[in-house]
Amino acid sequence: MTKEAVHLTTDVLVVGAGAAGMYAAVSAARGGADVVLVDKSLIGRGGATIMAQMTVAAAVGHEAPDDWTRHYEDTIAAGRGLCDERLAAILCEEAVDRILELDEWKVGWARENGHMKQVTAPGHSVPRCVYVDFLNTGPSVARCLRGRVAQTDGIARISGVAIVDLVVRDGAVSGAVGFNLEDGAPVTIAANAVVLAGGGLTGIYRRNSASANMGGHAYALALRAGAELIDMEFVQFFPIGHLAPRLVGMDPIMWDPFRYKLGGRLLNGDFEEFIHNYGAEDSGKYTAPRDVTSFAIVRENEAGRGSPHGGAWLSFEHVPETELRAAFGPVIEKLLANGIDLTKQAIEVSPIAHYHMGGVRVDERMETNVAGLYAAGEAVGGANGANRLSGNALPEAFVFGERAGRFAAADVRGQTPAWAARDASAALATLAARSDGRTETSPDAYTHHAIAAELRALMWEKVGLIRTDDSLGTALSRIRELQSELEAAPAAGAAAYDMSLADWFDLRDSLQTAEAVTLAARSRRESRGAHWREDFQETDPALEENQTVALSADGMVTGWQPVGRR
Amino acid sequence: MNDIEKEHVSLRVQRGGPDDNLHFDTFELPFEPGASVLDALIEIRRNIDPTLAVRYSCVSANACRECMVRIDGEVDYACTARLTGGTMTIEPLAKKRLIRDLVTDIVPPKEQLASVVAARKQET
Repeated sequence: MTKEAVHLTTDVLVVGAGAAGMYAAVSAARGGADVVLVDKSLIGRGGATIMAQMTVAAAVGHEAPDDWTRHYEDTIAAGRGLCDERLAAILCEEAVDRILELDEWKVGWARENGHMKQVTAPGHSVPRCVYVDFLNTGPSVARCLRGRVAQTDGIARISGVAIVDLVVRDGAVSGAVGFNLEDGAPVTIAANAVVLAGGGLTGIYRRNSASANMGGHAYALALRAGAELIDMEFVQFFPIGHLAPRLVGMDPIMWDPFRYKLGGRLLNGDFEEFIHNYGAEDSGKYTAPRDVTSFAIVRENEAGRGSPHGGAWLSFEHVPETELRAAFGPVIEKLLANGIDLTKQAIEVSPIAHYHMGGVRVDERMETNVAGLYAAGEAVGGANGANRLSGNALPEAFVFGERAGRFAAADVRGQTPAWAARDASAALATLAARSDGRTETSPDAYTHHAIAAELRALMWEKVGLIRTDDSLGTALSRIRELQSELEAAPAAGAAAYDMSLADWFDLRDSLQTAEAVTLAARSRRESRGAHWREDFQETDPALEENQTVALSADGMVTGWQPVGRR
Repeated sequence: MNDIEKEHVSLRVQRGGPDDNLHFDTFELPFEPGASVLDALIEIRRNIDPTLAVRYSCVSANACRECMVRIDGEVDYACTARLTGGTMTIEPLAKKRLIRDLVTDIVPPKEQLASVVAARKQET
């Protein structure tokens, strides 16, 4: 296996090619920059976007009169006092432009009588969420942006390269180090602006709706480069993820659009409605906020009133088959192929880790405290505060992607590369140390998978929906032990497409991100939004502040910041 | 097929790269109703042989379309093909360049690192 090092130079490097990364690449190229767009997976096929069968919130006002300021009010209300108002305003105002732009690019938003169809997702005051039928929003968005990226001059697309570290010179980003999955060759990329669009962290939880690349990589890359994170304690658990029976070929959060369109009854193990006992309304209307519903399902299970697999029942048995077919057409056939007949049976659902409100701390230009380092999409923290409104994830990808690309391009115009090879030497040395092993065929030689499995279980049980100082303290100690175990793990082999090499770097990022979540969760001694502390059940008005996480010489440290106001 | 035969499944998986001695490894797994071929391949990587190379991204949503392989000779997505009892043979796509094990070169030519490097050399 030849391992010839590869070096590239560009103006703007975009890491991650989901919706945020692809939008950033198009926008940076529109701004005159030379762009390199890299993804560990295939361009436009990895990450969360492709999984999204969901809806997209934007106050285009096609279904009913609406205005971005009303979308903003709903977003702020959902965020429980912690939304960065500047980022939330940008998100809601520019979501309209992006949805219309994607419409021009023929993404195929569902229409009726010439106007875009919009549904009311939970927490929205008006029907505001556009979508692509049938449950095809994410794949359509990904296909549309892939086409756009391919047609735009000035974007080089690279699939199958994993970025393992950013390179910083004098407090400013100067590029990145990665490797080519096919042959393990080191890849260095000089770029005076880098956009982190590497998605969220839900893959570090046992029950999740994540794709393979959602292990918290963007957060760890940012931390190691010297950037700050914000709101890391706020992980959103999607309340009605699919639990049973086994379903393949579908997104586990697919029941959400079913509920927007058809209602559907959420029932406990005794087949009784229960959400109204937790201070919210449901009764087939699906208006209860996500955090309330998740919490209610966990509590019902604690009280011995869960469904057989530890969740709740979701029933559409009262909905006529003609109505089911009109709303979801071919999806009904897919369900039947999975042995699920919604007219005859309820299915089981349970909370699953779905989205991360927290992330990389950025200003209104999407730039971090490290000059030239930008973030976009789910990687960004702040806009959604302590709880995200449904339908806000894709607009965040589009809006923040477009902005990050635009400002990054403007910043690097006319600059000469700041890259100096010696700045990359530490990252390259780590890469060499991890990949100089023989092709090891004994599974016992690898501890990666055991560590990864333990981390997912630990996060689910101790840093999940219900947290205490004890559970978080236990998790934190164990995460730090696992970090040492990973350091001691044997190097990967030199085989082609050596996934064990990628696994090691993935896990390094996941452990670091897990540490940040746990540390922030432990020091927020109150309950708010998605963060529930069994030992501090009240919301403390004095803690209406954002928490930051950064790496210092002494390790990871947290701090408090006033909430960004408009 | 009776219930006893369904308790286990044997996966014959093609191993090796273009320069290696291609061969099949057989993995025995417990049969779980409803499980997909991708579930089984991930299980092999996690608990039996982490060196198995297989390409996937979206994990069973049939959205990324990266997990296409040959299953008992037929091209299919590993994430939607169900495990059946008995023995199943899993091979890489026949018409794509083999990289290793079940991974073939499905990256569009313009998205290859090598082609991007070559294009940039021509420009300068």
